[in-house]
Amino acid sequence: MAKVKLTVNGRAVSRDVPDTTLLSEFLREDLRLTGTHVGCDTSQCGACVVHVDGKAVKSCTMLAASASGGEVTTVEGLANGELHPMQKAFNDNHGLQCGFCTPGMIMSGVDMVNRYKQAGRELTEEAIRHELEGNICRCTGYHNIVKSIQDAATKM
Amino acid sequence: MSDGIGARVKRKEDKRFITGKGKYTDDIRVDNQAYAAFVRSTHAHARVVNLDTSAAEAMDGVIAVLNGHQLTGDGIGNIICGWAINSKDGSPMNMGAWSALATEMVRYVGDAVAVVIADTQAQARLAAEAVEVEYEELPVVVTTPDALADGAPQIHENAPGNLIYDWEIGDQAATDTAIAGASHVTEMEITNNRLSPNPMEPRSAVAIYDEGEDHYTLYTTSQNPHVARLVLSAFYNVAPEHKLRVIAPDVGGGFGSKIYIYPEEITCLWASMKTGRSVKWTSDRSEAFITDAHGRDHISTAKMGFDAAGRILGLKVDTIANFGAYMSLFSSAVPTYLYATLLSGQYNISNIHANVRAVYTNTVPVDAYRGAGRPEACYLVERMMETAAREMGMDPAELRRINFIQEFPHETPVIMTYDTGDFDGNMDKAQAAADVAGFAARKAEAAARGKLRGIGYSAYIEACGIAPSAAVGSLGAGVGLWESAEVRVNPVGTVEILTGSHSHGQGHETTFAQIVAERFGIPIDNVQVVHGDTDKVQFGMGTYGSRSGAVGMSAIVKAMDKVEAKVKKIAAHTLEASEDDIVIEGGEVKVAGTDKSMAWHEVGLAAYLAHNLPEGMEPGLKEGAFYDPVNFTFPAGVYIAEVEVDPETGVTDIVQFTAADDFGTIINPMIVEGQVHGGIAQGVGQAMLEHAVYDEDGQLLSGSYMDYCMPRADDLPSYTLDHNTTVCPNNPLGMKGCGEAGAIGTPPAIINAITDAIGNNDLAMPATPQTVWRAIQAAKAPLAAE
Repeated sequence: MAKVKLTVNGRAVSRDVPDTTLLSEFLREDLRLTGTHVGCDTSQCGACVVHVDGKAVKSCTMLAASASGGEVTTVEGLANGELHPMQKAFNDNHGLQCGFCTPGMIMSGVDMVNRYKQAGRELTEEAIRHELEGNICRCTGYHNIVKSIQDAATKM
Repeated sequence: MSDGIGARVKRKEDKRFITGKGKYTDDIRVDNQAYAAFVRSTHAHARVVNLDTSAAEAMDGVIAVLNGHQLTGDGIGNIICGWAINSKDGSPMNMGAWSALATEMVRYVGDAVAVVIADTQAQARLAAEAVEVEYEELPVVVTTPDALADGAPQIHENAPGNLIYDWEIGDQAATDTAIAGASHVTEMEITNNRLSPNPMEPRSAVAIYDEGEDHYTLYTTSQNPHVARLVLSAFYNVAPEHKLRVIAPDVGGGFGSKIYIYPEEITCLWASMKTGRSVKWTSDRSEAFITDAHGRDHISTAKMGFDAAGRILGLKVDTIANFGAYMSLFSSAVPTYLYATLLSGQYNISNIHANVRAVYTNTVPVDAYRGAGRPEACYLVERMMETAAREMGMDPAELRRINFIQEFPHETPVIMTYDTGDFDGNMDKAQAAADVAGFAARKAEAAARGKLRGIGYSAYIEACGIAPSAAVGSLGAGVGLWESAEVRVNPVGTVEILTGSHSHGQGHETTFAQIVAERFGIPIDNVQVVHGDTDKVQFGMGTYGSRSGAVGMSAIVKAMDKVEAKVKKIAAHTLEASEDDIVIEGGEVKVAGTDKSMAWHEVGLAAYLAHNLPEGMEPGLKEGAFYDPVNFTFPAGVYIAEVEVDPETGVTDIVQFTAADDFGTIINPMIVEGQVHGGIAQGVGQAMLEHAVYDEDGQLLSGSYMDYCMPRADDLPSYTLDHNTTVCPNNPLGMKGCGEAGAIGTPPAIINAITDAIGNNDLAMPATPQTVWRAIQAAKAPLAAE
C-alpha cells in the first residue's frame, strides 16, 4: 500500500491505496471525482487529462503515488464560483455532444492556452489541431472544439 | 419565440458535462459493489474441452466463477437477431445459437466462456486470468470470400457453407436486359471496409438484484433502454418486464453500437441474482474492440449501364456481407432493407437488381454502425457515378444532374417511395459553397507546388425516421418502430416531456424543449426532458436511424396537440368564450380579439385544482401519445471534397470539405451542424484512416488506439456547411433527420477526390498514404512499360 497525499481542487486529501493505483482510478474511485473519464487503455484518448502542478497530465498514465505531494486540478475544480472561460466557450460554441471526452478536452484546452500565452506564441487553428493530437472525440468532428478553444483563448 | 424552432439555442445539458457532473454508467457505484471480469476466448474458433475454475475460485475476493452451462441451465435464452430475412427461395435465415457465455464452442476471439465476480475490479481481473480453459483449435474463416469457399470450415451447424441468407430485390431479367442494351457499362468491385464504432465511453453495466422484491435494476450504456428491457425479458428470460428496470443515464456516444443487448448485460443481471451482490462491469478499450459490434464489411461487384446521353438504364449489384460469428440484433436488416433499398440513390433508374448473401466468419459480430447499410449503398452508387463520368468523358456533376429525380413522390424499383427533395438545388448550393468554378485555378496552383489536387462529389440519400411499423413488420422486423411521448404540465405551468427517444450526445434536452417553447410560449428553462429510464418513461423504441426528430418529436407534437385541446377547453370554460376563439401566445391563453386571457400557469393550476372544470372533464393536465410514421424520411444532399496529394509520399490533405444538406425543418441549426461535423469526421475516418483488420488466424490486429486509427483534430479540416430545405410532408414538423448524413455522404466524396487527383479509379478504403502511393505507382506503370 502507498500513502498518497495530494491537494485536489484546493482540498488536502490523504489515502492509503494499493501501489498500482493509477491517478485516474484514485480520483474516480477513492475521491469519487467522476468527471475525469477513462476512454482507453493505451494513453491515447485524453479523456482523463487533469492538471498536476499546473501541467496537463493523462491521469491514466500516472500512479497516484507518483503524484503524491502535488496539486491536482480536475474538471470539477476548474470553475471558481462561475464557469471557467474554457467551460463557457465549450457551451457557447457547441464544443461537446455526448460529453465524455469533454473534461479532457477542457483541461487540455486550458493547458494549451496557458502555455502559448506564457511563451508569447499565437495559438492558431493549426496549432490547436496539432496540440489536440492526444485528445480523441468521436462526436464533434473537432470543428467546434477548435472554435471553443480559439474563443476561450481570447478570454483567458 | 426566441427559443423556438430555428433558434441556435445553447444546450441546456452542457452544464453538467463541462463541470464534470455528468452521470455515466461507470460513475455509478452502489453499496457493497461487486465487479465482473470475463474470461474470453483467445482463439477464433475452438471447442472448449475443459474449464478449470478452481484456482480462480480460491483467490482473494472472488465471490463466484460462473460458466455457460450454469447460465443456460438457469434458462437464460440465446441472443437473437430480431429481423427475420428469408432467402430468395423462401427459406428462413440460418441463425446460429449464441449463448451469453459459450458452452461447447467459441467462434471469435473475445467470445466469453466464463465470468468472475469479485469484491474489486482488480481481483476479478486477476482471477479471470487464472481460469484455465483447454481448447481444441479448429480451422478458422476470417474473410468474406473465404466464408463461401468450397470446403470452408463450418461455423454454425445450421448454416451450411456459412451462408445466412441469399436474398434479392428488384427485377433481375429486366436489369440484365437494360444493361445489355447500354451504350456504356461501368463495372467495379467495391469493398466497404470493416470499422469499429468506438464511442468514447466504453460499454458498462451495473446490475442490481433486490431479493426482497425479486426485482432487477440495470444501469447500462444503451441507446434504447426499453428495447433492452423487452429483449432481456421476453427472449433472454432474465426477469419479467415488470420486475426489471433499465436505466440508461448519460451515455457517451453510441453510433449504433449501443443499440444491442450484449452478453455482458445479460450475464451481469443473472450473476447479480446468483451472487446476491450488485455486479458491475466496465469494458476497457481493448475489450471494446473485440466485443462491440463492428460495422460495414461488404464486398460488392456492380454494373451500371448508360445510354449515349448518359442516362442510367440499369444497375446490377452482387454483395456479400460479413456478419461475424453470430447474428447481432439488427444485423440481418443492414445489408438488405437498409442497403439495397437505397441503391437508386438520387437517380431515376428504371431497373435495379441486387443480390445479397450474408455469411458467418470467426470475427466479432457485425451490426448497424452510423448510417447502417446506407453508407455502403451511397459509397457504391457514388463511386460508380464518378467513375462512369470519367469513363464517358462527362462532368461528374452534370452526369448526376441529368439523372436526378425531379418529380415527387418517386417510387424506386427497390421499394422506396421518396417523398420530396430538390436534388439540383442541393447541387447548386454545394457547388457555390465549394467554389467549384475556381477549382481549375486551385489545381494549377497546387501543381506548381508539386501537389496533385482533386475534387470529388457525393450525392447521398438516406432513408431515416425509422420506421413505419406495419411496413417494417411486413419485411420481417420483430418490433414496431413508433415512438412515444408524454407531456406533463405541472400545476405551476412548468412542463415535463417524457420521451422514448434517448440522447447520447444529440442534445434532446434542448431541442425537445424548443418545440415546447415554440408551441406554448414558455421559456425552455421551464421545460424538463426526461428520458432513459423504463420506470419513468412509459415506453420507447430509442434513438438510432436518425429517428429522434422525425419520429420522437412527432410523438411529442401529438401529445402537445392533446394538451392544447384540453387547455383550450379549460380556458374557454373559465373565460366564458368559445374554444375556437382561444389562442395560446407568449405564455398566455387568450380569447382572440379581446383582452380576456389567463396566464399559462393559471390554466395548469385550474386543471389540478379542479374547482371549476367543464362538466365531465377529468382533473390534471398530462397527455401521452404514440406516433407511428407513415413513411421513411429522405434526407439528401451533395458533399464535395477537395484534396491535395503529395505524389512522393501519398500523404493526402483534405483542403476543403463542403456539405449541402436537405434535412427538412431544422429545430436547432447549431446542433444539426454539430451532427453533420461529427458524421463527416467518421466518414473521413472510414475513407482514410480506420480499418478493423484481422490476421489469418482471426486475431484482431487493430485492437487498440495504437493500431486502429481514430480521426484526430489534425487529420481533419474545418468544414463548410450549407442547407437547402424541402419540408417533409409526412410528419407534423416536416423533419427528415440529420444524424447519419455525414457518415453516409462523406466516404465517396473523399475517395472520388483522391482518385481524381491521382488519376486512378482503383483505390480502396482506407486510403492511407501507402495505399494512395501504391495507386499512384500503379497508374504510372503503363507509362513506365512503354
